[in-house]
Amino acid sequence: MIFGAVLAGGVGSRMHIADMPKQFLPLGDKPIILHTLEKFLLCARLDAVYVGVHPNWLLHMRDLVEKHLPDRKQDIRIVAGGGDRNETIFHIVDQIETDFGQSDDHIIVTHDSVRPFVTLRIIEENIDAALRSGACDTVVGATDTIVVSGDGRLISEIPERSRMYQGQTPQSFRISLLKGLYDSLSAEEKAALTDACKICVVRNTPVELVQGEVSNLKITTVSDYKIAQAMVGGIELD
Amino acid sequence: MINYVYQLVSPRSFSVKYEEVDFEKGVVVRPRYMAICHADQRYFLGQRDAKVLRQKLPMALIHECCGQVVSDRTGTFRPGQTVVMIPNVPPEVNDGIVFENYAKGSRFLSSGYDGFMREFVEMPLDRLVAFDGVKEPVAAITEFVSVGVHASGRFAAVAHARRDAIGIWGDGSLAYIMACILTRAFPESRIVVVGKDTRKLSLFTFVDETYLADSLPENFQVDHAFECAGGEGSYYAIDDIIRTINPQGAVVLMGVSENKVAVNTRNVLEKGLTMVGCSRSGRSDFEKAVAFMEEPAFQDRLNAIIYEDQPVHSIDDVLRVFATDLNTPFKTAFRWSL
Repeated sequence: MIFGAVLAGGVGSRMHIADMPKQFLPLGDKPIILHTLEKFLLCARLDAVYVGVHPNWLLHMRDLVEKHLPDRKQDIRIVAGGGDRNETIFHIVDQIETDFGQSDDHIIVTHDSVRPFVTLRIIEENIDAALRSGACDTVVGATDTIVVSGDGRLISEIPERSRMYQGQTPQSFRISLLKGLYDSLSAEEKAALTDACKICVVRNTPVELVQGEVSNLKITTVSDYKIAQAMVGGIELD
Repeated sequence: MINYVYQLVSPRSFSVKYEEVDFEKGVVVRPRYMAICHADQRYFLGQRDAKVLRQKLPMALIHECCGQVVSDRTGTFRPGQTVVMIPNVPPEVNDGIVFENYAKGSRFLSSGYDGFMREFVEMPLDRLVAFDGVKEPVAAITEFVSVGVHASGRFAAVAHARRDAIGIWGDGSLAYIMACILTRAFPESRIVVVGKDTRKLSLFTFVDETYLADSLPENFQVDHAFECAGGEGSYYAIDDIIRTINPQGAVVLMGVSENKVAVNTRNVLEKGLTMVGCSRSGRSDFEKAVAFMEEPAFQDRLNAIIYEDQPVHSIDDVLRVFATDLNTPFKTAFRWSL
């Protein structure tokens, strides 16, 4: 079976437009997370869609679903998030296995709730790549030159740009593969992970690239939020 | 949901419009297969009048499309059901005297309004017709077939009863579709096709006779005629028809021309001809078209003129399918994966 996992564990500390986590800010007529969730609900290949939400916002999330998507609430399963991104993913994995049992065939498509511009093409190509290779990451080719600095003061390296990509989401995995690799990591290795694909990369497990879209932006800062509003022709709230 | 709309902004140049769509309204359809019409190609190449381009662009192209229902709040369609989309949107109030495709205030998606080159399309319930057992690349051209069904229906209503020979002028996709429909709808009539390209005419194996326009026999005559040439060919086709048609015949005009066409009105008057303009189609034509297409032989015949290009995953692929279409003699269809 194939599962969507919309990750909304964050508490939005980098924005001050409102006291809400950024995924709950409005974009057009509704909160960002609902736009993201709706795109997942329209992917017919997903058997169920999970949402991992910070425990303080569980009730708010349930209210939003009740208000905006009352007819689809049976397809949306809300799970309490963990301390970081990967913990949230594994809370969702636990819930999937409680609901549907364990299987080597289960695929999970994990996605940032603050990337509402994801397209069906990206989601479907993630599913295909995860079925084929076990793991995949959504990327776009880097347009800026990437500069590496070991000390934050001097350049130590300028890698060849044609080999550089910027990571987006979704990131998708065969659940059994992801679990096995994660369990093999030490607590230190787990703490050093910045995203789920790195679980595979540190254990030399191949991760396929899926072509993302520059428009699949992550709404993290005030300027991202303004850009997103401009993209849908909305008004500035700031 | 934020929907991606792939709009032509100027000839050969596309841009994405991000549009907020209310998930709760209408039926949400994922486009699956599309086919290119000459009208799309004219916009793409910038062959329409500059004023028209200024008025209508930016706009998503494509009005020949089939898709899959992904959400229907009314419960009429089940998720996954295959449907064809009707690009004609009639006005809310229509007296029923005039066909919906000619009604004042009716809109047409891909002519002044966004066509189907979108990630998802939200449609009113009555603008969708379900189909079953039709291959998707063939189902993609249902709109095109429905235009032929509409013309055939109008012909049946106005043409006098002697229908021994019906002529079709043209050897392109429209002429082919008309030949498929007329041979099925009027099996007693002799269907004759007049074209210019021997290679294209060779595909019309199921009609009674084919002729090259420049070598029509002296005694060539038809009772009624369909003009399916369009463009530069319209003048010559209409002139031939007026010359060779029997008195009081019906002439159904279907080919679009950017320029005004001179017509030999003296002979139209002398012969008492009826000229009927036909364009586009409505729901009932779509329903009949789908019924025809569900017949295996009819479907196979349509399949012969469809070239299926590689799927479209990017805007570069969109440019590619339009380029392919310029080099295919009949219809170009493609899977929509964008």
